[in-house]
Amino acid sequence: MSANHDGANLLEVRGLTKIFGTLTACDHIDLNIAKGEIHALLGENGAGKSTLVKMLFGSLEPNSGEIFWNGQAARITSPGVAKKLGIGMVFQHFSLFEALTAAENIALSLDDGSPISSIAAKARALSYSYGLPLDPDSLVGDLSVGERQRIEIIRCLLQTPQLIILDEPTSVLTPQEADKLFETLERLRSEGKSILYISHRLEEVKRICDRATVLRHGKVVGHCNPREETAASLARMMVGNEVQAVVRAPVEGIETAQPLLEVRGLTRKPATPFSIPLKNISLNVRAGEVIGIAGVAGNGQGEFFESVSGEVLQQDAASVRIRGKDAGGLTITGRRLLGAAFVPEERLGHGAAPRMKLSENLLLSRHATDGKAFVGTGGMVKSGAIYAASQRIIEAMDVRKSAPDPEAAALSGGNLQKFIVGRELDRRPSVMVVNQPTWGVDAGAAAHIRQALIELSRSGSAVLVISQDLDELFEISDAIAVMHNGELSKPMPIAEATFEKVGLLMGGAEPGHAEHTLETA
Amino acid sequence: MMRLELVKRPQRSALFSALSPFIAFALTIIAGAILFALLGVNPLTAFRIYFIEPISQVWQLHELAIKAAPLILIAVGLSVCYKANIWNIGAEGQFIFGAIFGSAIPVLFPQFEGPLVLPLMLLLGMVGGAAYAAIPAFLKTRFNTNEILTSLMLVYVAQLFLDWLVRGPWRDPQGHGFPQTIQFGDSAVLPELMPDAGRANWGFVFALVAAVLIWILMGRMLKGFEVRVLGSSPRAGRFAGFGLSRMVFFAFLLSGALAGLAGISEVSGAIGQLQPVISPGYGFTAIIVAFLGRLNPLGIIAAGLVLALTYLGGEAVQSALGISDKVARVFQGMLLFFVLGCDTLIHYRIRLIGLALTEQEGAAKLDAAPKLKEAR
Repeated sequence: MSANHDGANLLEVRGLTKIFGTLTACDHIDLNIAKGEIHALLGENGAGKSTLVKMLFGSLEPNSGEIFWNGQAARITSPGVAKKLGIGMVFQHFSLFEALTAAENIALSLDDGSPISSIAAKARALSYSYGLPLDPDSLVGDLSVGERQRIEIIRCLLQTPQLIILDEPTSVLTPQEADKLFETLERLRSEGKSILYISHRLEEVKRICDRATVLRHGKVVGHCNPREETAASLARMMVGNEVQAVVRAPVEGIETAQPLLEVRGLTRKPATPFSIPLKNISLNVRAGEVIGIAGVAGNGQGEFFESVSGEVLQQDAASVRIRGKDAGGLTITGRRLLGAAFVPEERLGHGAAPRMKLSENLLLSRHATDGKAFVGTGGMVKSGAIYAASQRIIEAMDVRKSAPDPEAAALSGGNLQKFIVGRELDRRPSVMVVNQPTWGVDAGAAAHIRQALIELSRSGSAVLVISQDLDELFEISDAIAVMHNGELSKPMPIAEATFEKVGLLMGGAEPGHAEHTLETA
Repeated sequence: MMRLELVKRPQRSALFSALSPFIAFALTIIAGAILFALLGVNPLTAFRIYFIEPISQVWQLHELAIKAAPLILIAVGLSVCYKANIWNIGAEGQFIFGAIFGSAIPVLFPQFEGPLVLPLMLLLGMVGGAAYAAIPAFLKTRFNTNEILTSLMLVYVAQLFLDWLVRGPWRDPQGHGFPQTIQFGDSAVLPELMPDAGRANWGFVFALVAAVLIWILMGRMLKGFEVRVLGSSPRAGRFAGFGLSRMVFFAFLLSGALAGLAGISEVSGAIGQLQPVISPGYGFTAIIVAFLGRLNPLGIIAAGLVLALTYLGGEAVQSALGISDKVARVFQGMLLFFVLGCDTLIHYRIRLIGLALTEQEGAAKLDAAPKLKEAR
């Protein structure tokens, strides 16, 4: 670690602490960022990364601790102050208006009254000089996620920051798009700018970062040079212990197994101007296998999930078949009664009602399938039975909670996800469709959920997993298909699949080389 | 320098959920005392006349029950709507249409008598209220109209329709030109519970039974669960397989039927005929009752009695002190205002804070950021 006030450190943080109620989100954090370095901030979900960054960007004020900028004590009381100092930030979730053009979006954040045309010209020049080509006059709604991120980066660069904070920038990019981003980051570093790079993807941190600070439970557990570490040693620092590896036994004779979920020529018009149309999607998931659907977010995965689950009905009843029966015209309840189970991407407000107890949330998806067990004569709910069943699930999935039957919103994301997945597994469904099974879930819980999905398939169910996390899909899938712009490639058997092949498909390459042994109807 | 700040609670507070109506009532009393003082009346005297004297004798308790019955009946129906996040503001109109439908039998067929008359009238009253409530439900599900506006506007249609009926086709030919229908026959009058003690009729029993039934529906039955899920998180409700359009009809028809029952009970019990005005705004006051009762049917019983007292108190201060009985409306308005205000305490804590510590500002921004995202 370089010394203090010698001018080499652009930013110094000493003893920064942030307390929310009883939770110490950041506990005496020390962090130094030198000029011209890419500094990684590593940590699991909930480790305190976002809180720390929000304090650096002025959207949260620390309870105690000091921040030095170029050796001078600084109080960053608002994002405006941060921008003036020279700190720019690219958020994980973009804040762009889809109905406006890229240039209009940039103008909104610049707030200096210069005409749109001059901003557009500046943005265009800057974007080409950094190898991030962008048409400032295009509507954000028409742009891919990668292009939207470029707007955010350009918007940040236009303010000529000295420190750029990037929050999980590659989580929405294809491997190829990520490569491009890394080139840009290296170029910025060579110009003497500093970058604080937040990620939990260890390989890319090893690849581009000069130093790393690792957080765990709100504390700094170590500084290191990621190039000298292995992915395993970094993971150990982040998690604190070894994460159980997921075991996936190969399946045999899957070609002859019964397809339990069949999607045939599924087509859906866009419901809103900014949603993705589904184009002629066909896919079989057989008893005993896990099929993964990869793809950059916003390429139709949500629309596909709604169509398969029955939250949106199909005109052609045969376009979705569950256990050999046409289900396209059935509601989600009808499809559940055929043996299917669904886990949506959003936990709060979609998969679970936030202000309802866990036992009531059990009833949410199972009031029809387990009608006899949970609902008595005249529509009376058997509260004892749903309580007992929810406790069984809590036990089976190791859900950690503070009260016997808390509200869903009181659980951490990972624990709620374990409950929601467990709620469906508890039924032993013959078809399971899961969208983003471990999004925002800590490593231990994620391994638990993944293993449970594999075991469900090996007991004779068909499992379909939609995920943006390629590592996850390679861990659990028997074959991977890729969704791009509302189209689905043929599933590639896992033995033939590589990150590169899948990445090309995610970027929209023709699925020509995906020879597959499982024929699709 | 100090200031007050609201700090979001991690869980909703059960304590303040129960306490907030009482705090609201206390604040209403304080504001009311100021009001009476400004009118030049000793607040203590006014409160004695307003809140104590109207219920100091048994026959007065009967009057209280008469006023509370329609409020409770309507409010328990509305509580189902509001729990489902459906905003039926038109109970007053459904009340009137229930009264009109139910009155059709004694007005159009005065010769028809016997034990069947009253049950038929009550049934028709429920049908009338439900049918009138079906209009905003249909408009909402078919054309996505705002049910607050449509149900409210239909109130005025109902009031004018009743006015036309009693001045025109249904006017009593022997009524010396007064705008009212004939007096209902004996078998069309809702019997009094204890004729010796006071005027209270079976409408109050209907109200209590309805409150208990709705309480069971909402707390113990799958249908009530459906109402609560769709009201609190519609997307989770859709995931559960519950249909929002079906729910709109269910909530409107149920609350409309109960408002209609209240309407026909009022006309056949307390009034005995149709006249241009049959309600002192029960359908609107019931909205206050529903919220003061925390949308809980049992709480609504208590709240209904309190609001009924504001009506009686209004009449009492008018006759004793010469203050306009509009003061009752003022009390009702203040009560609703304070109830809604105090509900903040369920989700927020109030903290006295020095200016140096401004972390909540940041937390508020943190809260605001994800909302922006969702809005997209």
